[in-house]
Amino acid sequence: MSASPTSRIENGGFGLLIDRTKPMSFTFDGRLFNGYHGDTIASALYGAGQVLLSRSFKYHRPRGALTMNGLDANTLVQVADEPNVRADLHAVTPGLAVTSINRLGSLERDAFSVMDYFGRFLPVGFYYKTFFRPAGVWKYFERPIRIMAGLGTLDPRAAHKYYDKAYLFTGVLVVGGGQAGLQAAIAAAEGGADTLLIEENSELGGSLLYGRIDGSRETAEALRRDLVAKARSLKNLTILTSTVVTGLFTDGWVAAVSGNRLLKIRTRQTIVAAGSFDQPIVFRNNDRPGILFATAAQRLMRLYGVRPGTRAVIATSNTFGYDAALDLLDAGGEVAAIVDLGATSGPAVEAARARGIRILNNATLVDAKGYLRVESVGVAAITGTGKTSAVTDWLTCDCVLISVGCSPALNLASHAGAKVVFDPAIQMHRAINPPQGVSLAGSAASLWTPDRVASHAKATGTRAAHLATGSPAGDDPGSADPGAAAITHPYPIFKSGKGKEFIDFDEDLTIKDIVNSVKDGYGDIQLVKRYSTAGLGPSQGRHANLNTIRVVSAVTGKPPEVIGTTTFRPPLVPEKFAHMAGRAFEPTRLTSMHRRHEELGAQFMTAGLWLRPAFYGAKDNAARAIEDEVRAVRNAAGLIDVSTLGGLDIRGPDAAAFIDRMYTWAYEKQPVGRARYTLMTDIAGVVIDDGVACRLAPNHYYVTATTSAVDQVYRAMTWFNVQWKMDVDVANVTAAYSAVNLAGPKARDIVQSLASDIDFSKEAFPYMGVRTGTLAGIPVRVLRVGFVGEAGYEIHCPAGFGEALWDILMAAGKPHGLKPFGVEAQRILRLEKGHIIVGQDTDGLTNPIEAGMDWALAKKKPFYVGKRSIELQAAKGITRKLVGFALTDSSGPAPKDCHLIIRDGAIIGRITSVVQSPTLGKVVGLAYLPAGMTDAGQRFEIRVDGGVMVPAEVVPTPFYDPDNARQDL
Amino acid sequence: MKILKCPLNGPRNISEFVWGGDLKPMPDPATATDAQWTEYLFLEDNLAGEITEWWLHAPTNYWFVARRNTITDEIIETMTYDAYLARQSNATASGDAEPAAKSVTGGSETGASSA
Repeated sequence: MSASPTSRIENGGFGLLIDRTKPMSFTFDGRLFNGYHGDTIASALYGAGQVLLSRSFKYHRPRGALTMNGLDANTLVQVADEPNVRADLHAVTPGLAVTSINRLGSLERDAFSVMDYFGRFLPVGFYYKTFFRPAGVWKYFERPIRIMAGLGTLDPRAAHKYYDKAYLFTGVLVVGGGQAGLQAAIAAAEGGADTLLIEENSELGGSLLYGRIDGSRETAEALRRDLVAKARSLKNLTILTSTVVTGLFTDGWVAAVSGNRLLKIRTRQTIVAAGSFDQPIVFRNNDRPGILFATAAQRLMRLYGVRPGTRAVIATSNTFGYDAALDLLDAGGEVAAIVDLGATSGPAVEAARARGIRILNNATLVDAKGYLRVESVGVAAITGTGKTSAVTDWLTCDCVLISVGCSPALNLASHAGAKVVFDPAIQMHRAINPPQGVSLAGSAASLWTPDRVASHAKATGTRAAHLATGSPAGDDPGSADPGAAAITHPYPIFKSGKGKEFIDFDEDLTIKDIVNSVKDGYGDIQLVKRYSTAGLGPSQGRHANLNTIRVVSAVTGKPPEVIGTTTFRPPLVPEKFAHMAGRAFEPTRLTSMHRRHEELGAQFMTAGLWLRPAFYGAKDNAARAIEDEVRAVRNAAGLIDVSTLGGLDIRGPDAAAFIDRMYTWAYEKQPVGRARYTLMTDIAGVVIDDGVACRLAPNHYYVTATTSAVDQVYRAMTWFNVQWKMDVDVANVTAAYSAVNLAGPKARDIVQSLASDIDFSKEAFPYMGVRTGTLAGIPVRVLRVGFVGEAGYEIHCPAGFGEALWDILMAAGKPHGLKPFGVEAQRILRLEKGHIIVGQDTDGLTNPIEAGMDWALAKKKPFYVGKRSIELQAAKGITRKLVGFALTDSSGPAPKDCHLIIRDGAIIGRITSVVQSPTLGKVVGLAYLPAGMTDAGQRFEIRVDGGVMVPAEVVPTPFYDPDNARQDL
Repeated sequence: MKILKCPLNGPRNISEFVWGGDLKPMPDPATATDAQWTEYLFLEDNLAGEITEWWLHAPTNYWFVARRNTITDEIIETMTYDAYLARQSNATASGDAEPAAKSVTGGSETGASSA
């Protein structure tokens, strides 16, 4: 490490962001460094002369900053428990502990740097070619390769931090707060639109923060100040800094990240003024620390008051390199020479000459010496496209500034659907045919001359404001700028006989790798990207894509405009999972009795969005608690909250006829006061729901549905009736009613102990009856149903009375031994009766005949949804049936849901529900078996966990109380 | 995310809607052959171009009809089911058959931008 202790600039006009009155120290790899408030980690390290920041991905070559703006991966470091931090974005704070990554040993003496000599074992596409032959050898290479690959360290114990989301709405969104963005935003706001300007840096101004206009820094800074003051004065212009727009989606839906917040923005018009990315010169050892973009050096000087070195070489093909040379002199540095790839002219060139800088024309860099930092560069004359003479000069230096052109930041426009095409006149890409509502400004629109940028940005902003506010808008202002042709050199790529000319710094790809991709047969740009990995690293091709296209063009002979580009997709910058996950809104639905369940110690389970008690008691006592609940229902009485069950009020003169069409059974003649089982199939005859239809009045049915299917049932009913236009109204009253099921031999005693106008005697209120009235003052609908196989009453009341109903029944039931029971016990109880649960014992293809529900299919109805399909399938022949079974030896290993039934090595069926029955003392369940194997006594084998085969036999259902005497009590 | 204009509720985020499938007339189950019935259930036209389909605004459970271009994903218009029926009967009354959904056959120009 070579330290230059006087890297901080003393002169005025430098260090806009730092506060020299607030020094602080931090550590990098355990060594103490000093910086100022406002420094980033990288600027403070450079300020102390520490240029080496990391080791490259594949070859472990030493690297330093390239962009000083968070756009390259050379600056990745680890900050405490956070990996992959960009050191040129992360602020320095007192005591910050920063470590370098991707090295074994120290950053200066990385043991993995030997990889630099093993280049020939790591050719392009090496993971398809090496390390896996002879067969079986990969497992020896895998472990060390996994150790070497990967950047940064994840700490599984890292504490969760706070992240959230916010919504914004605006008329015109301007992305980018440089000259064009500021002018467009001002024009949009003055044009009457609500305007939002988003800038990724902490300060507005873009390249005006460090650049020159016509060689004058004062002109640029004055323009910046005026624009910022104007922008901040406009009441309808909101400005967000340190915020990055990461994706443009349909209809003006925009994602942006600001610190720990994900912004979801809806805008009417979007102007992309996101600027351009610098492009490197490709020459041997062009990746040495200290070789960086001219704009990076200017940022270091203007924003952080740091000189990038003491003696610089500037390699340029446009006036920006000359601007940087003047900045370096103003900052007290030396310029060894300006190596101009052509013969640039202009005020900045004149000023450079006037200050005595040595200028070499039609020359380029072809090599760099120095390992941990550049020490000298070799200069040669350019003799043709990509061709040079031998080295004519070695220039001693400790930093090299590059400015040979740009590529516009078209990613966002591309997300939105604009096409990206190469314009050979300017040697840069353009976005064409942006979708409605998206326009571009500034260098993103290939405008570079300051007054062209200004007039175009103003016209674009005004037009956007008119479109956003619905006023008549003019035509799209054309974006032609003759000055754009002088920005980007067409082929700054100079192959050396000795290699290591880097095209992609993230992936350590050299010219040879791109050439070989094409030679290996992967010449389409889509294949080049994936085969070579060019552009796949953290920089996402910002500094690699253009040169990759140029090399492919040179090798294939096709011009860049024919080769095309790969596709840009969101996100533009890394979004953390925490941004997606922070403060998500996931509603939970609680029944009106929820508090009572909590008080009784319920363990909850989710049923869709609802929380339901699975059982009551300690978590580690589950099996025992559930058994006790089952026994209570069978021997005394149990109370379960079934409020989540779907409820539909179906009313009107056509109510019965409507239900007749929607469900499989017959309902037109159902008497008032009776409940009837309902089975619903879809138009393809597949079972989708079951429940109970209660006829409360001739024109009023109350129909229950399962918790998970009620929404689907309601949608199906309304969809059919939009077309049938029957005189009926369907209301989804699921949430309006709460309900409990009171079941067990003592159920009647319990309800009869309460004041009611309902006669609960067996004669007056038989099984499958329904009554309305009041119970202890609560208005109720009461159904006598038998899901769990005991005498029982399903009591529905308006949801506001739910908790009171629970309390009244629990108090009335106490002397009779009433216990609350949960979903787990209910599943066992119903399975002991062989009752199916739709979705558990039926699947996406089950028709009613397979499920043993032929009895619920009305034979004489001309139509119900699914009838035609069921008859078609019956005629074809049913191939499987759902039957009850019991294990022949209940002490063996128990099967689980979905375990397979296997015969002669083939799968012939599966278990849908199974339980160790406390009531019967054996393992019973339901299973699908092939038709023909469904007679009682049929034996079969189930494959359980561990591949063990367990014998079972078909048993008729119900397993418990086959005569159904107990539910008829 | 896209905005869809519900005939009842006005423009809403597409996440509030549920797609209801192509709008296709149901053959009479009593007279359709097995083949016709099976085709109605399981075969989709899958047209590249303008199609007519059902949509549901889930929060208000409101069913309506939309015309959409499946190539550009542009929602051309939305209407109530009754408006759709009225359009059908006007078309048959004036003697025009309902314009078949335009299908675009052959490959479309892909340029170099699809991955």
